[in-house]
Amino acid sequence: MTQSVVVQGDTSLCSAVGQCGNQVGCRFWDLALREHAHVNKTGVYDDALSSFFRNVDSRKSDGGACGFGGRIQHLKARAVLVDMEEGVVNEILQGPLSEVFDSTQLLTDVSGSGNNWAVGHMSYGSVYREQIVDKLRKAAEHCDCLQCFFLIHSMGGGTGSGLGTRVLSLLEEEFPEVCRIVTSVYPSPEDDVITSPYNSVLAMKELSEHADCVIPVENQSLVDIVNKIKHMSDGGKPGLTIRKDSSIISGQGGLRGAEKPFDAMNNIVANLLLNITSSARFEGSLNMDLNEIAMNLVPFPRLHYLVPSLTPLYTLADVSVPTRRLDQMFSDAFSKDHQLLRANPKHSLYLACALMVRGNVQVSDLRRNIERLRPSLPFVSWNQEGWKTGLCSVPPVGHSHSLLALANNTCVKSTFLDLKERFTKLYRKKAHLHHYLHVEGMEQSCFSEAITSLSSLIEEYHHLDATKGKLIPDAPRLSIAR
Amino acid sequence: MSVVTVQLGQCGNQVGHELFDVVCGDAHDGQRRSYCSVSRERFFHQTERGDLVARAVLIDMEPKVIKHSMNKAANSGRWTYGDDAHFSQKQGSGNNWANGFCVHGPRHEAALEELVRRQVERCDRLSGLMAMMSVAGGTGSGVGTYVTQCLRDTFPKSFIVNQLTWPYGTGEVIVQNYNSVLTLAHLYGLSDAILVHENDTVHGICARLLNLKHISFGDVNRVIAHQLGAVLQPALTTDSHGLYSRNPLGELASALVCHPEYKLLSMSTVPQMPSASIAYSTFSWPGPLRHLRQMLVSNSKMEEGIDWQVRLPAASERSRSLTGGGRGGGRGGGGAAAAAIFNRSLANLLILRGKDVYSAETGGFEDPALFTSWLSPRDAFSLWKSPVPFNKYEKSATLVSNSQALLRPLDDMSLHPPVR
Repeated sequence: MTQSVVVQGDTSLCSAVGQCGNQVGCRFWDLALREHAHVNKTGVYDDALSSFFRNVDSRKSDGGACGFGGRIQHLKARAVLVDMEEGVVNEILQGPLSEVFDSTQLLTDVSGSGNNWAVGHMSYGSVYREQIVDKLRKAAEHCDCLQCFFLIHSMGGGTGSGLGTRVLSLLEEEFPEVCRIVTSVYPSPEDDVITSPYNSVLAMKELSEHADCVIPVENQSLVDIVNKIKHMSDGGKPGLTIRKDSSIISGQGGLRGAEKPFDAMNNIVANLLLNITSSARFEGSLNMDLNEIAMNLVPFPRLHYLVPSLTPLYTLADVSVPTRRLDQMFSDAFSKDHQLLRANPKHSLYLACALMVRGNVQVSDLRRNIERLRPSLPFVSWNQEGWKTGLCSVPPVGHSHSLLALANNTCVKSTFLDLKERFTKLYRKKAHLHHYLHVEGMEQSCFSEAITSLSSLIEEYHHLDATKGKLIPDAPRLSIAR
Repeated sequence: MSVVTVQLGQCGNQVGHELFDVVCGDAHDGQRRSYCSVSRERFFHQTERGDLVARAVLIDMEPKVIKHSMNKAANSGRWTYGDDAHFSQKQGSGNNWANGFCVHGPRHEAALEELVRRQVERCDRLSGLMAMMSVAGGTGSGVGTYVTQCLRDTFPKSFIVNQLTWPYGTGEVIVQNYNSVLTLAHLYGLSDAILVHENDTVHGICARLLNLKHISFGDVNRVIAHQLGAVLQPALTTDSHGLYSRNPLGELASALVCHPEYKLLSMSTVPQMPSASIAYSTFSWPGPLRHLRQMLVSNSKMEEGIDWQVRLPAASERSRSLTGGGRGGGRGGGGAAAAAIFNRSLANLLILRGKDVYSAETGGFEDPALFTSWLSPRDAFSLWKSPVPFNKYEKSATLVSNSQALLRPLDDMSLHPPVR
């Protein structure tokens, strides 16, 4: 089984950088543990577990990693946690997940990045370069077959955005053939960090150049979703009872103690990650590996921004799910309420779309729904019928099935235009610029390059949009034989 | 006599599993002894204890599917896969044909060849190799093509047949058309015959003939396995002189692939009905055979919704063909144009199984109007029979044809996305 490493702040390696990244990462590990515990009744360290965890017998003198088939001793997450201030990581280490990480996986500093991309990217980036590479390499060495890196960070701050993108370029340097999937949390317009547009645009350039695949998530969408669910569960709609403990936003009874303000939102993103990796971990009738995501959804290298949409976001009280509900799930995935990005895909052009289904869903349900939804979705001329589908038999805990839709749609253009506008407002006045330029290694050209990169990205999406609805003449026929 | 099956990728392994299930079950039900023993010898190796071990090699670039198939077989209690007959890696091919063909294939060539060699050596007499794969993914298509190339190099005189599963038209994989075209282009030079199943067609059979409300890939794979089993189970051919043919793949290829540029074969089986209905149905030959013939003529893939308007051309028009006569024949296929289009065959193979096979009237399939002008019907049409009912159907007929039936799917595949 391949592993992934999660760079937080195969297997997959998860790397979480910064406060947001680490908080999301923390929820992710909690949910992952719960999911595997639910499925794995025998306590045997199997393939599925090994994709994200390694099994360590701490009594062995060599700090001994255990292979498959043995009993689970201590599970350690395949992750690297990076943060330039200690608060969040310390909290994790004092909480119930402390066993899952050991000190070799953590990198912290005390003073933080001051919401300054340059501090994160340039200063801390150079100071900690060796250590970061070292920790990543160690984590990678524990994997038999490293398939992918997941990077979780936010775009608006300093560490997640700056140091996070530095980690990304390090990943490309050190492990060029391993896929890099980045989950980026984009700031909402009312973000309390004034310099978030600068940080975001500077980070965007790095993402466009060094990531294989970016899954943007907007804070505002998460807020909207959480509010809606709270409204519904507080007796909003009649006849609709929601099991509070099975909501995607709740910790599902895991981490005890008062839920902190961002927990609900972080849970959604954590669920997103769980669903993306589900087919790589569990079996199904049509498997979808992580390297297939980029292969199918990214037609041209820079256009790798995928709009995520997750259903269901809550479980209704009645357990039996007739077919109508199943179809509703597919419709929901294409409605704006379930998108984690505020954009309107139905009015823009789909370049590609992937549906990852979990649970007891058959191929006939999938086909029926694709046929039903397809007419209302505008696809680009050269990919009129292309869908990437995956069926995984194991549903998430507490649900009978779920669906994650990842769409490469030109509507991300509007998110980027928004970002560009906010950036330009500040940049025109050169406001707050000196904080950045004081940092060694940072020059004004970094800003202009970043905004140029963003503009050209927007232009590329715009160019594709212009082909919408036009009939592109077919190329001459390929002859297969003779 | 024996056929070694190489199962590649998720689809190949899943379909292969169902195939072994079908043939094991078919030869199991207290059938006539010679049929059973030929079928067993063809697909299984019998250990000293009498256990049946499939003559198969399971190949995939990730381990989950192989593990699942092997466990399922072991749990069936009737047959198993060989413990050492599988090869998997940790990381899949990422739906990338190039990854499969240029990277994984060459990298693991030695190990894969060894596995096949082991299976071949266990056969008293090798009748041929069958590679089962899908064309949409990365492993089945890429590694499958590379493995077929290796098989051709290692066993240059053996018959190699590829069983391909074509994906749904509305997509399972976005780059499926790239993978499919690359696969077909290579296989054409390597394979002796290419048996094609289309997911859309089989799905239709499940929905309309078998009346399944919720169709899973398992259901789809079972239909494919049923059709394959109907072709590959023992049969009496014209060359076998009263005994079950010892050379099924060779005879299949020589009956149907009359020209090296025409290797794509499609198949239909009648009847297909929900298993619960079989016990209550009566079977006779004339009806199904007539349906099968019209299915061939009108290019209908199943026994429902056959277009009876399509007729064979009169003798005077016989030189025109589908693409010669009408412009872009086959595309759209709507309206009046359809009535004039009929599916011309190069060769057909009809396989009858069950009671009263000797009394079945098959003259309709020898009509020269069905075929091209350069082969006489005597050479273009072959008939195999088996008096043993297949897979619980008292009478069943399968038609394997080398005809224009696959033109339209090929067109669709090669046009999307357009190659600039």
